[in-house]
Amino acid sequence: MNYEAVIGLECHVELNTESKMFCGCPTTFGGEPNTRTCPVCLGEPGSLPVPNRRAVESTMMIGLALGCRVAPHSLFHRKNYFYPDMPKNYQISQYDLPLCIGGRLDVEVAGTKTTVGITRVHLEEDTGKSLHIGTTGRISEAKYSLVDYNRAGIPLVEVVSEPDIRSAAEAQRYVAELRSILEALGVSDVRMEEGSMRCDANISMREPGGEFGTKVEIKNLNSIRSVGRALTFEIERQRKALEAGQALLQETRHFDESSGVTKTLRSKEEAFDYRYFPEPDLLPISATADWVSALESSLPELPQARRARLAAEHGLSVEQAHAVGASVASTGYFEGTVAAGANGRDAAVWMAGELGRALNNAGVGIQDARVSPAQLADLIRLVGAETVNLNTAKRVFQMAFESGDDPGVIIGREGMAQVSDEGALATAIAAVVASNATEVERFRAGEEKVFGFLVGQVMRETKGKANPALVNDLLRKVLTTGGA
Amino acid sequence: MALTKEQVLHVAKLARLALSDDEIEKFQRQLSVILDHAEKVMALADDGVPATAHALPLSNVFREDVAEPCLPQDKALSTAPESEQGRFKVPRIMEDPT
Repeated sequence: MNYEAVIGLECHVELNTESKMFCGCPTTFGGEPNTRTCPVCLGEPGSLPVPNRRAVESTMMIGLALGCRVAPHSLFHRKNYFYPDMPKNYQISQYDLPLCIGGRLDVEVAGTKTTVGITRVHLEEDTGKSLHIGTTGRISEAKYSLVDYNRAGIPLVEVVSEPDIRSAAEAQRYVAELRSILEALGVSDVRMEEGSMRCDANISMREPGGEFGTKVEIKNLNSIRSVGRALTFEIERQRKALEAGQALLQETRHFDESSGVTKTLRSKEEAFDYRYFPEPDLLPISATADWVSALESSLPELPQARRARLAAEHGLSVEQAHAVGASVASTGYFEGTVAAGANGRDAAVWMAGELGRALNNAGVGIQDARVSPAQLADLIRLVGAETVNLNTAKRVFQMAFESGDDPGVIIGREGMAQVSDEGALATAIAAVVASNATEVERFRAGEEKVFGFLVGQVMRETKGKANPALVNDLLRKVLTTGGA
Repeated sequence: MALTKEQVLHVAKLARLALSDDEIEKFQRQLSVILDHAEKVMALADDGVPATAHALPLSNVFREDVAEPCLPQDKALSTAPESEQGRFKVPRIMEDPT
């Protein structure tokens, strides 16, 4: 039987507001436990929540960027549950009247475009962090738990997709694109490793076009890579079970990063329904047409439009536009390099190649790159002017990335300038011809492939600095005319 | 709608309240009055009456996004029955395996 996966994603995004959702406690990451709390986010009797205007507007902007309709009338609800990650025994969330409804997100995998429907975008508050005390640190074996409420009450947006995703690769692309949109909007730090964005996946299998199968929820996927790994594993697990004629359980599973498998998760909270009811301490939100259109007109350029513009303005390929336009910072770097005089396609090649590699190796983001856009443009110019050859330029780049020095300074200091002086090259060629008599004979006997080896020897003789085109010409002349 | 003694005790248990016999009887009476009132309201509600969650015709009350001082850790923890390592100590979360 041929089964297809049916996947929907719920992504939680912490907004980057200064203060929490319903109180003035700061949202800064880290800090001693329970030092960023107040009577409101601790749920002390008599305290009253007041919503953060910027959090509400950020949520509306996310909805608008995803093509949603901002609901003219929306409401906060209490989601009740018996789990100590909120001190109130409920989380303020939204239920049947979310801020935004019905949008779309286009994802492209291997040249195929898919439109993933967005069911809703709603606003809630983040929960506290629990530490499970016991021999293993696992919740299932804990003797008791310790809770830190610093994170409790930080505005959290939930973006819920329709079950329109059909593969792990599409799911990864969806999360990457969503992350990119949130980054462009500037509403979240979108640092998945710090938990400011995390996803839950709902997945079932069905015969193509058939009835939905039994749905499994995978909780807390903390990176784009985890989304891919967990779904790849789960699709295989479900497929095997179905092919073996086994029934699947509707359950919540946890993805274990170290072993790469999903495991059944059971907790008390699942035994209860959430008994949602309108939050009596908060007033409704009425999104007037004026308010919504003001927000809509303040939307920045979004990733899809940005990529299209970069491709059109600079003649980039789809892949190059994706790489260069991956983030606001990356786009800024690219445009800075072009503004400093580099050709767009050259800049894109360097960014996808040497710069990307150097950033990866150093484990830093493009905003912390030690080669500035102006310095990269300078290096590209030096290659164009044949001051250095391409291979040497790559070494210069690496040195500039490590030291922050200007490429021109490095080339001068290290004597890396390209040698185009025919006299100097003739000397090097003579030396190579003299010490490689066998190879020279083989070439003259018609073995063309030896030529590349001899060119390599001349490059070595000049410590990689020779002008390769000139070496090619001169060496061929020497070998074919027989002179030395 | 009269509440039973058991229902009052159940609600008291969820709220972690210890009630005397007198109090149980008192809350049985008081809570029943509230439920009776809700029943009257429900009898009036029909499709022509929009559902509201608030008594006041107000919306869009916000605070500006400005950080304010917090409670010190010891003060934050002072209402907790138990704490450890600067955190609230809570009973084990998972149900026992059955």
